[in-house]
Amino acid sequence: MSDLTLTPNIDNADDFYADLLEAHEGLEKSDSEALNARLILILANHIGDRQVLSQALNAAAFKMEE
Amino acid sequence: MNKIFETPMYPYTRSPDQDAPVPVRHQVVIIGAGPVGLAAAIDLAQQGVDVVVLDDNDKVSFGSRAICFAKRPLEILDRLGCGQPMVDKGVEWDVGKVFFDEREVYTFDLLPEEGHRRPAFINLQQYYFEEYLVDRVRELQKEGANLDLRGRNKVSAVGTHPDHVTLEIDTPEGSYNIEADWLIACDGANSTLRAMLGKDFVGRVFEDNFLIADVVMEADFPTERWFWFDPPFNRGQSALLHKQPDNVWRIDLQLGWDIDKEREKRPENVIPRLKAMLGDDIDFELEWVSIYTFQCRRMEQFRHDRVIFAGDAAHQVSPFGARGANSGLQDTDNLCWKLKLVLDGKAPETLLDSYDVERVHGADENILNSTRSTDFITPKSDTSRLFRDAVLDLAEQYEFARPLVNAGRLSVPCTYDGSPLNSADALAGPARTRPGSPCLDVPLGDGFLLQELGDRFTLLTIDAEAPDEIVEDGVTVTRLALSVKDDPTLALKERYLGDAESGVYLIRPDQHVAARRATYDDNLFRAAIRRATGKE
Repeated sequence: MSDLTLTPNIDNADDFYADLLEAHEGLEKSDSEALNARLILILANHIGDRQVLSQALNAAAFKMEE
Repeated sequence: MNKIFETPMYPYTRSPDQDAPVPVRHQVVIIGAGPVGLAAAIDLAQQGVDVVVLDDNDKVSFGSRAICFAKRPLEILDRLGCGQPMVDKGVEWDVGKVFFDEREVYTFDLLPEEGHRRPAFINLQQYYFEEYLVDRVRELQKEGANLDLRGRNKVSAVGTHPDHVTLEIDTPEGSYNIEADWLIACDGANSTLRAMLGKDFVGRVFEDNFLIADVVMEADFPTERWFWFDPPFNRGQSALLHKQPDNVWRIDLQLGWDIDKEREKRPENVIPRLKAMLGDDIDFELEWVSIYTFQCRRMEQFRHDRVIFAGDAAHQVSPFGARGANSGLQDTDNLCWKLKLVLDGKAPETLLDSYDVERVHGADENILNSTRSTDFITPKSDTSRLFRDAVLDLAEQYEFARPLVNAGRLSVPCTYDGSPLNSADALAGPARTRPGSPCLDVPLGDGFLLQELGDRFTLLTIDAEAPDEIVEDGVTVTRLALSVKDDPTLALKERYLGDAESGVYLIRPDQHVAARRATYDDNLFRAAIRRATGKE
């Protein structure tokens, strides 16, 4: 079991952010939302660890850890 | 066409009880002659209990209703002496296909494990299921069982007492009264007995309607379960196609909430829907059409002193996953041996509280699974639909998303973890045969292990010594001595020993494991027997 990383962890963060925006470029709102949903599922599967996923769900909702 | 479900199978006949000067007392009265009530009656009658079954109808199920029967219930039916006709008639299937919009998203194969007598699933119309149970009732009656099945006997009043129950029963020839030491209510989701006793039935209502149709056709669809999300012929909804015996196909079409049920049921409205699904060039005949809504809910307690609820009367689930009749049969499987011990004075009445603990656990598991399936099939919000569609789109391309597709998690038997009847696991053996688990089948020569178990307590020894019989406070346990050499496929070793050299299992009459250790220890196994019969 590991813990969710909430400190900077992406190399060249600006490049990743630009890639993220570019993936959505020109998409209708509904297509953008669908892309995000697929992305969440792909990333969640890559993480796999249920504890980390729970921590991520809480962190995204700004819920304090128990 | 003469339909089996239009013929009275147990027509009303006058019972001597109706002419008795004082109400006759029976050991057990069962209300409801559906799959669950009949299974309970057979189980108890086989053990010599005096049983009366009352039903306000006199026919088997109208339409196919519960169609999908899983391996564990088939194993229970084997113990009840009527598994074979079900399997002979039923359609076996392993493969399922999932469609989204116009595309086939993926195919799954249940890949049933080798070395089990019974298949993972059969499809069989409920009316055949009930017919074969009634056949078994008739067989037991010929053998002299004290078992009476009374059609058109409708319970109109019930009185509960500390040591018995009184019933007033309406018949075509007027009413009469009987008494029962124990009453088992198997009268379905709309249980009148539950209403008469004013017991709660709490849960979640799903705002949805499903059209179910039994269609007779000569079609070359394969014997597979086909499930559609948002297909062109039923936009925004789901659909299911499944094969039953006699060229009858079961079709379920989700219709949504705001519909006119009577209008949707009319053939002139049903037939165009089916043609859109099956194609214009397929000839079919409608055998039965119904519209259902569903709920996921259960009673807080299944035992209320001398009245015990089982099947849909006690708990109701959505149909996705085939968890209705399948779990009802596990209810009676759990209940009947306990009731027999209590009736014989060999166990305290409190043993029956373990029925409540174990089957409430089973019901909660089924409600959880079936609620999750329903949430996937019928998303309740835009975001829920967004993720559902994302899963389906991904499933077509990537293997990882396929386990997330939830078109019904098919019924698997319940393991009674944490049951008060279990003794602590004392064998470093496989997890799936730990105390609380239903025994797994294993091939043994010309037969199978499960044929050797059940109806009594068994001490299964695998390469271990033990007495041939133990009697502990009136409860007899009979040894079944095996060796890993008895099964050249090594399934016995793999399923019951794992890395252990030897094993001794205490197995309940419902084929669930109560205790296990590497070797026999007289004191510890006697304690396990007391524990498994509610005495510790």
